[in-house]
Amino acid sequence: MEKKKSFNFWVIASLVVLALYLLFMVYPLVKLVSRSVVDADSGGFSMRYFKQFFSTPYYSGTMINSFKVAIAVSVTSTLIGIPLAYLYNMYKVRGRKALQMLIILSSMSAPFLGAYAWIMLLGRSGVITKFFEAAFGVTIPSIYGFKGIVLALTMKMYPMVFLYVSGALKTMDNSLMEASANMGCDGLKRVFKVVLPLCMPSILAAVLMVFMRSMADFGTPLMIGEGYSTFPVLIYNSYVGEVGTNQNFAAAISVIAILLTMMFFLLQKAVSSRYRFSMSTMRHNIEKKQARLLPSMLIHIFSYGVVAVSLLPQAYLVYLSFRKTGVGGVVFMPGYSLESYQEVFRKMGNVIWNTLRICGTSLVLIIVLAILIAYLVVRRRNAVNGIIDALSMVPYVIPGSVVGIALIISFNNRYIPLVGTAAIMVVSMCIRRIPYTIRSSVAILGQIPITIDEAAESLGAGRIKTLCTITVPMMLSGIFSGAIMSWVTLITELSSSILLYSYKTQTLNVAIYSAVSKGTDGRACALSTILMIFTVVSLLLFNKFSKDGEIMM
Amino acid sequence: MNVGIKIEHAVKKYGNFTAIPDLSLDIRSGEFFTLLGPSGCGKTTLLRMIAGFNSIEGGDFYFGDRRINDLDPAKRNIGMVFQNYAIFPHLTVRKNVEFGLKNRKLPKDEIHSKADKFMELMKISEYAGRLPEKLSGGQQQRVALARALAIEPDVLLMDEPLSNLDAKLRVEMRTVIKDIQNRLGITTVYVTHDQEEAMAVSDRIAVMSEGVIQQIGTPKALYQRPVNRFVATFIGRSNVMPAKIYVDGNEKGISFDEGYRQPMDNLIDVTDGQNVIVSVRPEELLIRTDGNGMKAKVVYSTFLGLNTHYMVEFGDGVRAEIIQESQIDDIIENGSMINLVVNPEKINVFTEDGRKSVVK
Repeated sequence: MEKKKSFNFWVIASLVVLALYLLFMVYPLVKLVSRSVVDADSGGFSMRYFKQFFSTPYYSGTMINSFKVAIAVSVTSTLIGIPLAYLYNMYKVRGRKALQMLIILSSMSAPFLGAYAWIMLLGRSGVITKFFEAAFGVTIPSIYGFKGIVLALTMKMYPMVFLYVSGALKTMDNSLMEASANMGCDGLKRVFKVVLPLCMPSILAAVLMVFMRSMADFGTPLMIGEGYSTFPVLIYNSYVGEVGTNQNFAAAISVIAILLTMMFFLLQKAVSSRYRFSMSTMRHNIEKKQARLLPSMLIHIFSYGVVAVSLLPQAYLVYLSFRKTGVGGVVFMPGYSLESYQEVFRKMGNVIWNTLRICGTSLVLIIVLAILIAYLVVRRRNAVNGIIDALSMVPYVIPGSVVGIALIISFNNRYIPLVGTAAIMVVSMCIRRIPYTIRSSVAILGQIPITIDEAAESLGAGRIKTLCTITVPMMLSGIFSGAIMSWVTLITELSSSILLYSYKTQTLNVAIYSAVSKGTDGRACALSTILMIFTVVSLLLFNKFSKDGEIMM
Repeated sequence: MNVGIKIEHAVKKYGNFTAIPDLSLDIRSGEFFTLLGPSGCGKTTLLRMIAGFNSIEGGDFYFGDRRINDLDPAKRNIGMVFQNYAIFPHLTVRKNVEFGLKNRKLPKDEIHSKADKFMELMKISEYAGRLPEKLSGGQQQRVALARALAIEPDVLLMDEPLSNLDAKLRVEMRTVIKDIQNRLGITTVYVTHDQEEAMAVSDRIAVMSEGVIQQIGTPKALYQRPVNRFVATFIGRSNVMPAKIYVDGNEKGISFDEGYRQPMDNLIDVTDGQNVIVSVRPEELLIRTDGNGMKAKVVYSTFLGLNTHYMVEFGDGVRAEIIQESQIDDIIENGSMINLVVNPEKINVFTEDGRKSVVK
């Protein structure tokens, strides 16, 4: 009898999870696809939106643009991230911990904020631009368009490459390095013959992440693109465009976007399957060398230089937030004040509360569901849980704006009227973040030997009790560090929130975006400083609680 | 309470692969019983079927008279010690030991006193408040054992419990395990691939290969009268040499290529001229100086203090190992020709395919 009861619990859990996926992910996707092939006017089947997309150079050009941006950012981020990771892990660098924190911090704000700050620095009336004009009469090349997008995104994405490659270097066996030197392969030659090939799986994983995120990023091109339109911008514009909304066309573009990211995802999987190997478990960690004076100086200049450049925009925003502003916070005036903050707290206090409640609820749901799903997938393999495992990977390939569009199309009806509610924001945040949390939970759970569960069971603990008193507590430290990363990603989410928010559910990031687009720069700077404080506090918490400072993106 | 374990026609399948085709076994109450075999022989699989962690595709498992096939692992009242200890890393030593007791919903003071008793028994009381990561491998193993025993199980199951320890600790811990088992008299099923360890702790051993029990017996029986070639070579070391049966009137015996004939009085079911294989322990190959026996050349020797090992080669290139108590005289030079005879009482003779013993 007892056995039957616990059996039912897991079946019910599987079915509930499956139902959630079907309702909030599969159904919206199906709806999205079906919308994309329906003529909005006649209501009949039609491929006209796809034809329209591919036959109009303005539309299809955005696809090429997105690819160009994604490829360029992947290249630049790896060019910065890999050397940085190599130097950081091979040589003694002063202030290691602080340096790592700063690198992570520079990846932790919404990319559009970076773009916005770069405009404030290098844009037409940017402070650096003006300085150069006044001092030397030199005009700095325009920051707008492709170059600006790549610059802003690279500064956000290289930390990801850094973290992935650092992770690989940390588990690298020092004996391999010594063996290589022993056989006459040392220095730069060793980097290319031994180190990089061994890091290949991590590099490929990082490139995938960078590529997909740059492809799906929406705020940066909108902010700094100035006519250099990319895919997500097109999706957004065709949904909230000045020429009137066209959901069906937006749906068609979304479908194309999913297909493209999926293609790239599969390509990456195929390539990385060739680079699979495992390090010996009897390894010696790499010992960091002290470089000679000149090289050591160059290492420091490079590492701290990169960080300084990537943090400069954010620092500038903080500075601006304390500047006096004109009426309505529109122009900056000489002198300093807390006006911008007073404005923000008076008029927009609810956005902070919104951010906390929406992201907080999402975080709790994400963690509970991710643990449950990881447990089902790892410990209770069966057909249904296999389907769940496959479904849990799907959101990887869905850009944020597509999640937004799909949810709007699906839940704007009488039966499940979610549009405009906080619930739909929570749903989209869960969908967007949960695959990462599931993957890390699966990895953590995979490292707990099954015999631990069996030991608990043989000592008379039922399965649910084992899960609660043994498995989850053992996973906790890993889950906690993952949760803080999730939290930071959630509070800086823009591409789906910008489509889903309503007056009542505006979050910090969305508020910053609208403040920027309204030209109220003072408020925008104050809000982004608040957001940055949130991020820094989260990171400090992370550092305090995580055992080894390992970060999972 | 102690129970015997009875297994009848057990079957284990993984998909299309049959790991255990048909296995029956009777483990007596209070016995220290070992499943011994090379890796992949099905010994751990069988242990996990007894524990309830593996599904059972056929046959019946009994603890005493109670059929346990469909009983939850939590309800079988077993204590299990795992190869990797499976100590809960987030709980202190005391909490680990108390874990099973708490699940029985015993009164608080009883939980406390029982945990004390078994930590005392395993000599880990001083670590009660520590987390397991601060303990050495041997200490962790003691915690695992205390935890398994604290629930006073009917049956104690151990899955290669010593394989993660270094050689010295291994010998020490097996004495501890044997001693505790003796004192508590608990029915114990022990899995190992180490034949020396098995001989040291077991009352009886089942030697397994490819999911089939080859032989069940006391360590002495397995060593001295293995039922087939597999057991002869797996338990201890054996030189395997081809020979022929001869029947000469009332006398039966074995004859080697070298023309050396050894009469034996315990051969059964043999015919004149039958090909057999002879398994001779290194210590039963005796060096003779009287010109009798097989000729062999010493290839090299190893002096190990108590014993001296010789590797010798026969005319047909077959090599054999000899172990001799070290003599005060000089070690026989490499390249020397010597004569060897076998000790007829202690050698074993198998059919040509090695499957069956022809010795009484």
